[in-house]
Amino acid sequence: MQGLLAEYLPILLFLGVATAFSLIMIGAAVLVARQNPDPAKLAAYECGFDAFGDSRGQFDVRFYLVAILFIIFDLEVAFLFPWAISLGGIGLFGFWSMMIFLGVLTVGFVYEWKKGALEWE
Amino acid sequence: MIEVPALLPALPEIILAIGALALLMLGVFTGEKSLRTVSALAVLLLLAAAAAVLPGYRDTVVTFGGMFVSDSFGGFCKILILLGSALSIIISVDYLERENLKRFEYPVLIVLATLGMLMMVSSNDLIALYIGLETQSLALYVMAAFSRDSARSTEAGLKYFVLGALSSGMLLYGSSLIYGFTGGTSFSLIAAAVSGSGPVPIGVLLGLVFVMAGLAFKVSAVPFHMWTPDVYEGAPTPVTAFFAVAPKIAAMALLVRTMFGAFPEISDQWQQILVFLSIASMVVGAVFAIVQTNIKRLMAYSSIGHVGYALMGVATGTPDGVKSVLVYLAIYLAMNVGAFALIIAMRRKDGATESIADLAGLSRTRPAMAFALAIFMFSLAGIPPLAGFFGKFYVFIAAIEANLTFLAVIGALASAVSAFYYLRIVKVMYFDEPADAFDVNTGRGITAVATVSALVTLLFFVFPAPIVGAAAYAAQSLFQ
Repeated sequence: MQGLLAEYLPILLFLGVATAFSLIMIGAAVLVARQNPDPAKLAAYECGFDAFGDSRGQFDVRFYLVAILFIIFDLEVAFLFPWAISLGGIGLFGFWSMMIFLGVLTVGFVYEWKKGALEWE
Repeated sequence: MIEVPALLPALPEIILAIGALALLMLGVFTGEKSLRTVSALAVLLLLAAAAAVLPGYRDTVVTFGGMFVSDSFGGFCKILILLGSALSIIISVDYLERENLKRFEYPVLIVLATLGMLMMVSSNDLIALYIGLETQSLALYVMAAFSRDSARSTEAGLKYFVLGALSSGMLLYGSSLIYGFTGGTSFSLIAAAVSGSGPVPIGVLLGLVFVMAGLAFKVSAVPFHMWTPDVYEGAPTPVTAFFAVAPKIAAMALLVRTMFGAFPEISDQWQQILVFLSIASMVVGAVFAIVQTNIKRLMAYSSIGHVGYALMGVATGTPDGVKSVLVYLAIYLAMNVGAFALIIAMRRKDGATESIADLAGLSRTRPAMAFALAIFMFSLAGIPPLAGFFGKFYVFIAAIEANLTFLAVIGALASAVSAFYYLRIVKVMYFDEPADAFDVNTGRGITAVATVSALVTLLFFVFPAPIVGAAAYAAQSLFQ
């Protein structure tokens, strides 16, 4: 237990240094810098333009749909890489497990395609 | 090389998984008109899975590296869950067609949720537990929001999702503590780690409390019940019927499995928590239901109360207690499926209604429906000789034999209070001036399910032996 905890000591030190350092930077900015605010300085920075509108504007739910569909296949790839590397060690069982997983994903893909989730208009 | 695990013990789950994917493809290629076909096939699929439970019913087999256990306790609960799911599909189809919710995804979602429930019941490891629970919950969140155009239904879905995620978080946090302090996620490893002499590590106890809080949320035990009335009221009525039956049974079975599988040696620790949950659920379920005017909210509080009685059986920590819980769940299934079938049938020309006042004078406009609903209400109140009485009877006996007499007394008192609101419904149906009559065309599925469950509720006292015997046998398999 002691040895395990000792291995984490650098992380603890890192956290302490990071916290202290950022506090010093913010504190120094408050204490030392000259403060002379005006509305333009306090406005949200938007590439040098005046702010266009409220950041809580509505936008189409289809963006979420596309993002969610993307995440599924992104994760699939994230699983495929370690599987491909260790295929020699996990044997036929590992191979067919991944095939079943891909099959389930394919069924979901066919479903979303037929449902028209991939058509923008 | 990894050995291929024995797949046969998981045959019901495999049938459901493959069947759900096939039904999804069938539905999406034949279009929205396929609701009836897909529903019928889904019912057959669930019954096939129930048949697949039977061959391995008597043996205790562990597979998938110790993560999955198939025994008669699991078999008993699985058959109850599969029946509950199949019956809720049967009573849903007419409602979905009339309320313009004609989407084939409904039966597919029920099958997927049922798959998760079977995995919960069979889990023998904290990770398997979590995977089963989430497989179930994700399908249920979608079902709560199934009526997409209704603000109440989407609100119910969102509320269920957010609070469900919170409870999953608590469960996971507790699991991580238990893993950290015992060095294993498998129930047998945890049981071995906490059974030694000396005090139980405080981390394991903290983890146990968090896991129990997460599970109490899933069975909607007080004080983790807040979501239940809102979700039950907001979700479409057939979805509420499903929520009230199958997930409750699955979560209760999971609680029993976790407590008796992973923490058998420290039962005095979890017993006190369960005693509190049980008392709070019985009292809140009885008192808060009195002021409800919406019958779905009333049934939500009723189900909270019934969870309290079932938890009393778990709190005993004895084989008799587990037996009484299983009998209770079987009877609860029959009563609630029947009652909800009739609540789904509450509709007039202008659409479905769900207020208690709409039942006024039902005995004169629809005598058979009023009689059946009266049977269910008397049974839910626990009036002999109906089935509901025997459910409570076995639980109370088990509690008294485990020296929890005060718990049984509180249960009897809460039961007396709750009789008030069940009997008020009977009074409204039989003694109030008739409201407008309901639509006569109830649908064959609802009529059949309501008739069968009314007969089971009414005649349980003639042939209790098969169910009680099977429950006793199933309970024994947890104590080997």
